[in-house]
Amino acid sequence: MAKPVFWQAAWAVAYKDLQIELRTRYALNAMALFAVTTAVMVSFRLGPLGLSRDPRSAATLAVLLWIAIFFAAMNGLSRTFVREEEAHTATLLRLNVPALAVYLGKLGVNLLILALLETLVTLLFIGLLNVTIANVGLFLVTLSLGGLALAGATTILATLVAKADGKGSLFTILAFPLVLPLLIIAVETTELALSGGTWAAAGSGLQLLAAYTIAEHVAALWLFERVWEA
Amino acid sequence: MNRTDAALQLSWQALAKTYSTRPVYDQLAGELHRGEVLAVRGPNGAGKSTFLRLLCGLERPTAGTIAYQWQGQTYNPNTMRPWIGFVGPDVALYRELSALEHLQFLAKARGLAADQAYWRELLAQVGLAGREHERVAHFSSGMALRLKYAIALLAKPPILLLDEPTAMFDEHGRQLVAQLVEQQRQHGLTVLATNDERDAAWADLVLTVGAAARG
Repeated sequence: MAKPVFWQAAWAVAYKDLQIELRTRYALNAMALFAVTTAVMVSFRLGPLGLSRDPRSAATLAVLLWIAIFFAAMNGLSRTFVREEEAHTATLLRLNVPALAVYLGKLGVNLLILALLETLVTLLFIGLLNVTIANVGLFLVTLSLGGLALAGATTILATLVAKADGKGSLFTILAFPLVLPLLIIAVETTELALSGGTWAAAGSGLQLLAAYTIAEHVAALWLFERVWEA
Repeated sequence: MNRTDAALQLSWQALAKTYSTRPVYDQLAGELHRGEVLAVRGPNGAGKSTFLRLLCGLERPTAGTIAYQWQGQTYNPNTMRPWIGFVGPDVALYRELSALEHLQFLAKARGLAADQAYWRELLAQVGLAGREHERVAHFSSGMALRLKYAIALLAKPPILLLDEPTAMFDEHGRQLVAQLVEQQRQHGLTVLATNDERDAAWADLVLTVGAAARG
């Protein structure tokens, strides 16, 4: 069976964005810098390098992990569409690529970058804070679902924000209420994973996270063309 | 003008465009057939570029309709877009990509065959032979415009929309566009938005816009 043109177009957009990102390293550098700075800063107070050896709870570590991921992601992923609008290359895309293929291509790149970011942040936390993950499977599933939801939220928000003035601040303001429920659930489930909670205990949290992710992606697919072509 | 092949027709009826409360034009009507060239003329701000953006669906009219009849089917500007080649100052290129990478990306995005030989031939046709691997960041404005022509022609589109087609070109570039417009007569139609008398001379029909704005 021939490969549908739609997926080929989405892949073309993703490949093009990766080519440009690897040449400019704008998002990668901004996100890596934020992630490393946060992890090192936190380690000085709570980690083995720290002056204080205050008791560390799984809850604190889970919150800090997701703070690092969230703010680093906000720092870089909004560039997906803002760069296209600012450089006026969005018209070239509108003329040549189906709207949905643009969305899926950019979502794919954001997912990849976020996966790299989550890996980096996790390794930094393990290395600098001596974090031990009691339930590795649960931790990975939470990171994956949380990342999927976060990438979806940032991609569709970036589309909205790219059309508006005051792009930088607007992105964070819009992102906050949309991703807050996701972060609360992700923090709770991560805390369980770190402290050795069972799959059964995390069941409702994972279900909520999965439902949130699905609802958000369906809404984004429905909204995208209207916003992109507006 | 040869109208024996009526398989391609562009028509616009009762077309109006208003920005906020400012009318750009109202009740525009007309049609264009295969082999014809239309020049849209008018003062600055009269809506020449807007007319082209309406024709490819980048903007929506306030009122009226635009329709393409092609191979027995009717298309609106959005559904016709894959068969439209557009050149204009609104379309920017990726500074980080080379000329060849642009064609590679857009060919894949449009579902066209990966044909390096054709892409190189196209770049040579627009005067970019030997510059295939150079990034657009190093291009002059004239070279960037040449690449925009290569992109517009990539899918051999039956519709060519050219906004300020020679604005960045020297005499050699102008000849290139004249040649392309002439070639396009064989298999499609062309709409130019221009105030340059020499560009307008290529046209069979002229649409003057701006009357509504002037009241």
